[in-house]
Order: sequence, then C-alpha cells, then structure tokens
Amino acid sequence: MQTPGKTMALTLCDVTIRLAGQLLLSVSAMVMPGDVLTIMGPSGAGKSALLAYIGGFLDPAFVANGAVRLGQEDLIGLPPQRRHAGILFQDPLLFPHLSVGGNIVFAIPEAIKGRDTRRRLAEEALDEVGLGGFFDRDPETLSGGQKARVALQRVLLSEPRLLLLDEPFSKLDMALRQQARELVFAKARSAGLPTILVTHDLADADAAGGALIHIGAETQS
Amino acid sequence: MHPRIGTGLTVMLCLPVLAGLAGTLLPAFGYLPALGGTQVTFRHFEALADQPHILRSALISLSAGLTSTFVALVVVATFVAGFAGTRSFAFIQHLLSPLLAVPHAASAFAIAFLIAPSGFLLRIISPELTGFTRPPDWLIPNDPLGLSMMSGLIAKEIPFLLLVMLAALPQLPVANARRLMTALGYNRVSGFAIALWPLLYRQVRLPVFAVLVYATSVVDVAMILGPQLPPTLPVRIARWLADDDVGTRFLASAGAVLQLALGLLAIAIWLGVERLGRICHRRLSSSGKRLVGDGFLRLAAASVMAVSAAFIFIGLGLLALWSVAGLWPFPDRLPTSLTFRTWDRALGALAAPLATTITIALLSSLVALAIAIGLLSRSAHRSADRWLPVFLPLLVPEIAFVFGLQVLSVAVGLSPSVATVAAVHLVFVLPYVLLSLGPPWRALDRRYEQIASGLGKSPLAILVTIRLPMLLRACLTAFAVGFAVSISLYLPTVLIGAGRVTTITTEAVALSSGGDRRIIGVYALLQALLPFLGFLVASLVPQLLFRHRRAMRI
Repeated sequence: MQTPGKTMALTLCDVTIRLAGQLLLSVSAMVMPGDVLTIMGPSGAGKSALLAYIGGFLDPAFVANGAVRLGQEDLIGLPPQRRHAGILFQDPLLFPHLSVGGNIVFAIPEAIKGRDTRRRLAEEALDEVGLGGFFDRDPETLSGGQKARVALQRVLLSEPRLLLLDEPFSKLDMALRQQARELVFAKARSAGLPTILVTHDLADADAAGGALIHIGAETQS
Repeated sequence: MHPRIGTGLTVMLCLPVLAGLAGTLLPAFGYLPALGGTQVTFRHFEALADQPHILRSALISLSAGLTSTFVALVVVATFVAGFAGTRSFAFIQHLLSPLLAVPHAASAFAIAFLIAPSGFLLRIISPELTGFTRPPDWLIPNDPLGLSMMSGLIAKEIPFLLLVMLAALPQLPVANARRLMTALGYNRVSGFAIALWPLLYRQVRLPVFAVLVYATSVVDVAMILGPQLPPTLPVRIARWLADDDVGTRFLASAGAVLQLALGLLAIAIWLGVERLGRICHRRLSSSGKRLVGDGFLRLAAASVMAVSAAFIFIGLGLLALWSVAGLWPFPDRLPTSLTFRTWDRALGALAAPLATTITIALLSSLVALAIAIGLLSRSAHRSADRWLPVFLPLLVPEIAFVFGLQVLSVAVGLSPSVATVAAVHLVFVLPYVLLSLGPPWRALDRRYEQIASGLGKSPLAILVTIRLPMLLRACLTAFAVGFAVSISLYLPTVLIGAGRVTTITTEAVALSSGGDRRIIGVYALLQALLPFLGFLVASLVPQLLFRHRRAMRI
C-alpha cells in the first residue's frame, strides 16, 4: 500500500455539469490527502455524474466543464486509465469470472512483478480485512459485507491517487454499514487519498468527518 | 454520437449488397465486357419474357412468399397474444428454439419424407384406412400450387418469428396491459391485439420483411418441396446460372432483376396488407367488441405451432431412420432391417464436403464474431436503432446480389475457393451474429469497466480481461448462430463456389432430384446435426471454464 507522502490534494475548479442544457451542479473545492469531501443531494442531482466526470466515464448525454487537478496535474486531459481514480459503487461488482484473489491480483499494478509476489500481496490484503484463506473462493459465495471488503481492498491495492465513493454503504444492512464506513475512511486516511463521497445519507457524512457540500437544493424546494 | 462508426457499419454491411446489385443489373442490360457485352440493350428481358410459363414461376414465388409469411405471422402473433407469460408458452418456446438451428434444406427434406405419397404419414394409415398397397400417384411434395413448399417455409418461419417477438416482448408492458385489458373485460387474445400488437409489430417489422423477401426468393426449399413444371422463378434462375452456355448468363441476370422487382412487389403488397391491418385494428379497438371466448383461437395457434415443430422433429427422425434402413417397402411402417451400408457407401464421398462445410462455417462465423466485437466495442451504447443496414443483406433477395458478386469476382480474376465462399457467407453471417451479440453486449453493467479503468487498465485490456470473459457465453452463442447460418446457406455457396466448392448443403440439395432416400437421409441428417455442434460448444465451454463460478453459469 502506498505511503501518504506521495499523494496530492485534489482540486475541483468551477466544475459544472449540465443535462439537456440545464445546470445540475456547480462545485469548487479542494480535498487534502486523507480528507473526505462529502457531496449530498437528492437522486438525479448529478452527484454520480460528478464522479463520472472525475473518473473519466461521463455519459455523453451530460455536458461537463471545469478543471479537476491532482496537485498541479490536470486530470480531465488524461484517459481514464491514467487518472488512477479508484471507485467504489453501491454494489461491490466483483468480477464474477475471477476468483476472490483473482479480483485483487487483477488490480495490483503491473510494475509489481512475479506471480508469487502478486499472490502474496493479495493474500495479505484479504487477511487484513478478515478474509484470510479466501483467495480461491468464488466471489458469488461471499456475503454482502465480505464482498464489500474485497472490493475495498481491490481498489486500494491498485494504488489509486484518489478515491471516488458512490454511495458505497447504501446497500449494506445497518450493522455492517457502520463497520464498513469506519474501515473505508480509515483506509483512505492511512493511504492519504483525497476522497469524494456522494451520498444522501447524513450518517455517511458524519462518519466521513470532512467538508460537506449540498447540491440540487433549489430543484428540491 | 459516433457518426464514423455508424458509417463504417453501414458501409461494411451495404457495400457487398450494392456492389452485387450493380454486378447483376449491368449484365441484365447487356453490359458484361468479359462475355463480350458492351451495348445497353433490353434484349435479355425480351428473352426472359419468352421463357415458357415465366409469369407462372414468378407468381408462385410471390404467392408462396406472401402466404407463408402471413400465415406464420398470424400463428405466432396469436400464440404470443394468447400465451405470453404462461407455462405452455415456455414449453412451446423450448420445443421450438432448437428448430431455428435446423437448416432450411434439412427441414424441407424432413417434411418431404413425412408427406410424400410413400412417406410416413400415409404409411401410418395404410393400408387399413386408405386401402393403398402401393404409394398413390399424387404430386406431393412438388405440388403445382406450391402448398408443400409453403408448409415447409411456414414451419421454418414460425420459430424465427417467435424468437424475434420474444426478443421484443421484454420492452413492452405485457403484464400491465393484460391486467388493464382483463379489467376492461377483454380476453387474452383481443386484449393483446388491441393494447400491445401495434407496439410489438413495430419492433419485429424488419425481420418480417426479411422473412418475406427470403420466402419469395428461396431456392433450396423450392427445389426440394416446390413445383417442378415449371419450377419457381429463383430455381429457374439458379438453373440458368449453372448452365455453361454464355447466353444464359445474361438471361439469368435479367431473371435476377425480375426477382429483385418481385421482392419489391412483395414488400409493396405487404405494406398494403399492413394498411388494411391498421384499419381493422382501429375498427376493432373502437368498436368495443369484447370477443368473448378466445379459447378456439388460442388452441388453434398453439396446435399449429406444436404440429409444425413435431413435423420437423419426426421428419428428422425419419431422415435418420432412412439412412440406416435396409429394405423398407410401402406400406410398412418400419424398415424390415437396419444396416450401415448407406453410411459405409457415403462416407468416402462425404469426408471432403464435410471438411469444406465446417471450414467455411468456422472461418465466416469467427471473422463475423471478430468484426461484431470490433463494431460493438466502438459504438458502445448505441446502434440499437441501426437496424436497417444490419438487415440490408437480408432484405434484398440473395440471388439478386450474390449473382452480381460472382460476376464481379470473375471480373477481378478471383477463382472460386473456400476463401471466396467464406467471404460471401460472411455477408449473411455477420447480421445474425450482430443481432445475437448486440443485446447481451449492451446489457452488461458498464460499471465493471469503469471500475477496471479506475484500476488503471487500458480499454483493450478491459475488453480482453473483463468484457469478453464476462460475455463468453454470449460470444459463443453468437458464433454458434453464425456457424448455423453458414451451414444452411445454399445459393451463395453454389453461386460463388461454382461447382468447385461443394458442401454438405449443396450435395444434399443436389441429391433431391435423384430421390434416393437413404443417401438423402445421410446428407440431410448431417446437415441438420452440424449446427448443433456449434451450440454444443457454446453451452459446454462456459460450463467447463466457469465450473467454479456460480454467477457465470446462468
């Protein structure tokens, strides 16, 4: 896993997103390494579109403008795979054709060579979240909470430069949800990743403990 | 979003058709420098008009196309209206879907073996009910009105139209509409007809046109089941083409132009039928007639579906039985002895065409799959609306443009080979592969790829490591569909192969005039079984590869 020193702050500079000519959101913010910026708003307010814009896979139906910088580097000019924006969705979306361990090995950067080394890294990562010995399991046989933990380790081992969280806790049941929040935010903090969380659950924002931006309020009232 | 891709797709699918049409039209008007034709003339059309009974040949083709398409559509539509969402629906659907893979020629033979005067149906009731101790002197299956041919076409069109409607049904509010119409007092069939049929028909309209044009211009089924004196127009064109005499080439191309016109006429008449249908629909909707008791209609539709499926299945069984039959005199129901002598005798001659058939089918369907993957991966989330170019090779009578392709290939000095035949098969295989792969391709959750690109993977790596493995089953099914289409192609193989490339299909159809049931049984059975090889692979490979992956085994 990476050391906090290498990470940089994420800057959103006058980012606007429009759908069919209508302005959905307009955001400017700076997220320091290890901090979480929470964006709250009703569904359809463009929260997910914002993450898609940062990650590089915005649906062409949307029109987005504004700069997204990591340190001094402009992200929007980069192809998605070079932005290294780790993303977690509502669903864990483990690749169903790979084993649990295969999902994590897939994410480990190419620079780390050697089958055994890569496998060991993945096994350690599984161990860390209480899934030791799960390497060869079929993802489909895991519980929802276990899948979520594998998805988290998968994204962290890919050495992302920032983290995008698209309501990742909303499908977990109450008991698991608090645990998952603590785990994700602790990991993001220790990896020093600037993180953007979109949610409509105020408890998520409380647990994140960072800045909070409300969007889409006008359209609601 | 991607105009370039749309154009690319359009060109790729349209170019062979347009080039082929040009290659047909020019010689029809006398221009074919290779054969010394350099002057524009209508002479060849006059020669065509002088052919005996040419009008009758054309009209039989036209009426067979219109009638079989209309009957098949009405039967399938009534069945879907009466049974959508019920258990019998699932049952008949499962019964019929394998029939889609059975090549036209094989199913035509299967039906011929059943309905012929010495066929199985008469044997069952003879001599007890009929008194026949010798096969009667009936002109079946090659009856002059083409009724046997129409029944053969209907039996093959039913599974196709059913599949097409099944693909469209999920986009319609079937359950809601039924609840609403039931509450208003309509029965299943009339409720469906009023509330859903216009929506459903709009979705299946182009496939219906494809069926219509195909049935109007079919050659192999017409040779096996169709009238002989005179044969249908496409059969006569195919015979002229096979003739070595240079003059008949011009005649054939004039015939191909007539066939093209016939296809257009069929579509024009169909448009008229559609208009009539709209008027009836409006009358029915506004009359408020509840038409209580749709039991008879439902029963009739389900029976026709089941009987047509049973015909082909029993007929395929008969092909198998004939291929191992020893002495089997009329009216015995079963052969007096079984023997492998026919297979022994055929095996030597079979090997080469069998290998050619499989090579061509593999080549064309694998290339089609690669092209389909390439096209779909570039035009990711659209192209559902691009049906027309996809269907163009299926909307133009094959004889009208494949003949032109042959002329062009000769003009550029290509000699008939497995590669040229496979290339022309590709034109027909690609649309079906695209149609098969498109829906699952678009249905895959795009977030998997978004996650992978967030993990730092390039688009190509994502395609190879995520999308294709996740869509392995869909890709193999599309491949199997393409494989089956290639196996079933008769006319393109004969025309482009020019007698030098023979497949199981061309051999089987060529045997039809000979009437040796045992040897026909061998070839037609093999032709019917080959497509299932592809589907077997498509279902076994994912089972094996993903035996430890529960989510991949659906």
